[in-house]
Amino acid sequence: MHNPQLNANGELTHLLSIEGLPREVINHILDTASSFLKVSHRDVKKVPLLRGKSVFNVFFENSTRTRTTFEIAAKRLSADVINLDVTRSSTAKGETLLDTVDNLVAMHADMFVVRHAASGAPHLIADHLRRLRRNDVHVVNAGDGRHAHPTQGLLDMYTIRHYKKDFANLVVAIVGDILHSRVARSDIHALTTLGAAEVRAVGPQTLLPTAIETMGVRVCHDMSEGLRDCDVVIMLRLQNERMNGALLPSAREYFRCYGLSPAMLALARPDAIVMHPGPMNRGVEIDSDVADGPQAVILPQVTFGIAVRMAVMGILAGN
Amino acid sequence: MTTFPPDPNTLMTEKTIPTIDLPDAEAQCAELAELIRPRLQADTVLVGIHSGGVWVARRLRELLGLGNEIGLIDVSFYRDDYGERGLHARVKPSSIPFDVEGRPLILVDDVLFTGRTTRAAINELFDYGRPASIQLAVLADRGRRQLPISADFCPWRVELDPSQELILSAEANGRLHWSVAASA
Repeated sequence: MHNPQLNANGELTHLLSIEGLPREVINHILDTASSFLKVSHRDVKKVPLLRGKSVFNVFFENSTRTRTTFEIAAKRLSADVINLDVTRSSTAKGETLLDTVDNLVAMHADMFVVRHAASGAPHLIADHLRRLRRNDVHVVNAGDGRHAHPTQGLLDMYTIRHYKKDFANLVVAIVGDILHSRVARSDIHALTTLGAAEVRAVGPQTLLPTAIETMGVRVCHDMSEGLRDCDVVIMLRLQNERMNGALLPSAREYFRCYGLSPAMLALARPDAIVMHPGPMNRGVEIDSDVADGPQAVILPQVTFGIAVRMAVMGILAGN
Repeated sequence: MTTFPPDPNTLMTEKTIPTIDLPDAEAQCAELAELIRPRLQADTVLVGIHSGGVWVARRLRELLGLGNEIGLIDVSFYRDDYGERGLHARVKPSSIPFDVEGRPLILVDDVLFTGRTTRAAINELFDYGRPASIQLAVLADRGRRQLPISADFCPWRVELDPSQELILSAEANGRLHWSVAASA
């Protein structure tokens, strides 16, 4: 089957989704990231790998945090970074996505980091580049609709591997608004590919996609059942706008049932780690005592995220 | 018995690529240590290039009785052929567990050939600080340099066909030995 992320030699040329990535490719990215992590500790936090390359951050949807981490990663690889706030420029004037891409290719872009509210937009760009026979231009999906956020998934895997070493016996609980979460989808694909023993999707019926069991997860509507004896808890952000709809009664009610309090966390294994992709809503999905507690690895996730994005860009630009 | 016409494969190996006797790598390490010894300073540190250079650097540290930890360097992020080769080989983290600033360093590698790896390693070291000096110690010098680089310490100069690869390996018991293979 044709995999749009791989080139004719089977090498990773775009990162669009973790779905369909072979385990060796994921491990290669994580191994490379651990080398880049050391670079960030040096006096000179840069390597010359992408010197002379132009990385365009093309964000059709706002996200200062993710854009900044990609910008830092590209700069630490010595690339030139151009940030485009497309929502306020060309697209607002009526230009199509692919016309925007053509213009940037004409400016000699080497890599696009794309965030888009529509699922599949980075895939569309990758296909377009293939038709143009521009195998030298690479696409990184920085989050598309509800579909995928592969670098977040990879940095989550890096974090888990860092603290737990091996995936084989791990029980991982992903808690919250899985329905709207591209992070959850990327995490589930990565965890099943890496062979985690059990992945649990924990949340109210209204926030879990139908037929999520087909992704190889165990569904738990009860938080205490979902957290019992797990090794890793991944909390998802509850987007405030969901509160106004019919999906949830109220923030307080949600926290009572699905918020991560110290008492809830006590059901997990004593050495369980707590992760969150950020930004957190304290008191909505996570208690401050947990977020600031000894089991939280939320800030290390941010540090690892830079190294993982450096690894992804470093590998793509060389293929 | 010779057959006619001769098997072209046999011709290749027997005629165009001469086989050579490979010396004992462990004995060469001892020889290399003696070359370095008179030039050691009190604060000299060794930096081995992954992976063969790290093995040699560890051996030299023992033989020279150096107290300082050795540095390890993987030049993957500094290679000049990244554009053609990409990031494929498993990259090992570089680890320089000492302050490079003002230190006399001896860069250690197994084989010196084009000089490009050495250049990449020197570039990387300067991103850790400004060393007082960098000298180069290698077990084998194959010649055919593409850059103005030479070894300060080297026990073995060897002429090989460019299509051949000179490989240092570590056996299960840690003993180092040489082999020659056709380049990939």
